[in-house]
Amino acid sequence: MKILVCMKQVPQKDAPLKLNESGTWIREDLSYEVNEPDAYALEEALRQKEKHSGEVVVITSGPARASQVLREALAKGADRAIHLEDNAFVGLDAFNTARAFSDAIKDEKFDLIFTGLQSDDYGYAQTGVILAELLGWPHATIIMQIEKQDGGIRVKRELEAGYFQYVDMPLPAVLTIQSGINKLRYATLIGIKQAKNKPMRKVTMAEIQSALGENLQKIERLYIPQKTKKTEMIEGSPAEIAKKLTEKLRNEVRVL
Amino acid sequence: MARIFAYIGHRNGIVDDSAMELFAVARKIDPAASPTALVTGWGASLDTICDALRTTFPEVWKIASENLAYPNAELIRKALMKVLPPGSIVLVPHDHFGIDLAPGLSIKLNEAFVSDILDVTERSGTAMTVVRQEFGGQVSAHVRCDHSSGAVITVRPGAFKPSSSAPLAGVVVDKSSEVGPLAAGRRYLQTVVAEAGEVDITKHNVLVSIGRGIQEKDNVGIAQELADVLGAAVSCSRPVVDAKWLEKSRQVGSSGKTVKPKVYLACGISGAFQHLAGIKGNPFIIAINKNPKAPIFQVADIGIVDDILEFLPEMTNKIREMQSVSAK
Repeated sequence: MKILVCMKQVPQKDAPLKLNESGTWIREDLSYEVNEPDAYALEEALRQKEKHSGEVVVITSGPARASQVLREALAKGADRAIHLEDNAFVGLDAFNTARAFSDAIKDEKFDLIFTGLQSDDYGYAQTGVILAELLGWPHATIIMQIEKQDGGIRVKRELEAGYFQYVDMPLPAVLTIQSGINKLRYATLIGIKQAKNKPMRKVTMAEIQSALGENLQKIERLYIPQKTKKTEMIEGSPAEIAKKLTEKLRNEVRVL
Repeated sequence: MARIFAYIGHRNGIVDDSAMELFAVARKIDPAASPTALVTGWGASLDTICDALRTTFPEVWKIASENLAYPNAELIRKALMKVLPPGSIVLVPHDHFGIDLAPGLSIKLNEAFVSDILDVTERSGTAMTVVRQEFGGQVSAHVRCDHSSGAVITVRPGAFKPSSSAPLAGVVVDKSSEVGPLAAGRRYLQTVVAEAGEVDITKHNVLVSIGRGIQEKDNVGIAQELADVLGAAVSCSRPVVDAKWLEKSRQVGSSGKTVKPKVYLACGISGAFQHLAGIKGNPFIIAINKNPKAPIFQVADIGIVDDILEFLPEMTNKIREMQSVSAK
């Protein structure tokens, strides 16, 4: 099976964010990491390849720093990478990102395309689904299991409140992968070495510009949300805080 | 102003809670709106649903087809495309079904798509400003959306207060014949429920709930020790289940369990909305997190900025000390 995995670089999860002066975006002097559901999508693609043979290709869009995500993927076992490299890719809405990806892969024939369910930054949960629609392929979201069958695949979708749904689909198809579908691997030293010789294709904005349309949504302003609850902050050394909290649990909350 | 539609989900003959919320969104977008409910399905339960909805919506469009007896976003999208007038605004709940249906629908209709909104602050002509949360709830965003050729909008469940108005005598319009035969590549098989675990976290008054901050499986014991001295159970947020450190039945959140404890200790949990959606009944929330900007502090009664790996054992010791003093 030939599988494309769409990946994104996002700010590290526990990095405290600061807004820029005009309040239109976050300050970018922070650490980045791979979007977590995308890491699971890559892992799933590698596992499918190990079972059924084939090829795993990874793609991302964003500035030069985003290539780190691709290099890590190559080190874990992906065969080659495609980097749509330009700062301007960061500002595209999901529809245009999907258009850019679909244009960049127009000469390839994939059996499956994986994306993470959603990104930890914008959290739109739509790029993969839009890509499916642009390609005219069937899709399914929130995938927790993939089994190859004759003529297609059987997938398990996660619903709310602990429910799951099973669906059969033909190939090619687009799946958006949920965190927890598998157990992530680490890159090996050999993998990291081999990654350096694996192909990484760069695509410029100019090459795919004609495939893009107008951005239909634009962030006007960002702000830190107002607190809705009065929070008492307890400060001190861990031992001091523990003492105060124990007293509270006993005398005020009365659970001790 | 464009015509506004609300896609209404239902299960076992019961209208989804989101129906009244979507009605409220429509009124917020356009105070003069007469939003139309869109319902798809099959059989007698579909008529029950339509009847229930016409007390809220002046018009209910019913699309009945045997193919639509089970939820299949691919088929429903094709059905909706055939009946929706160009330029419509379509509201869909941002749940497992909405995120499957809505993005593709916007492409099919050639309309803007706006995902997971919490509020609508402004509308002028062919644009509106909506409020979203980004970066896991750390930042709110005002997003300007051009809806000159219509828009498909998904709405966060619970974000809009359901509207309450005098019951209407709306009409049900059967659109089924406009849809015609439907076929999809995707085939629905069955819905199953996750296995029950050995501990029922919904039955506990005090929960020691752990998140990503617990860092590795071997550290789960630290939380269990605290839970033991508190007479509590250990629950968790999604990343802990994803990493296979605890079983699914311990997960609090929209894809896990809904709990109603008296006291909730959120330990190393960032407080994503999917997690908070599983905490009901307004418990006393104690949040412990290294990141002072973690969204969990926005809903906490007591906040502690600390590393749970250091703090939790300290807390366990203090409670043990206190208990041994009281015992003497």
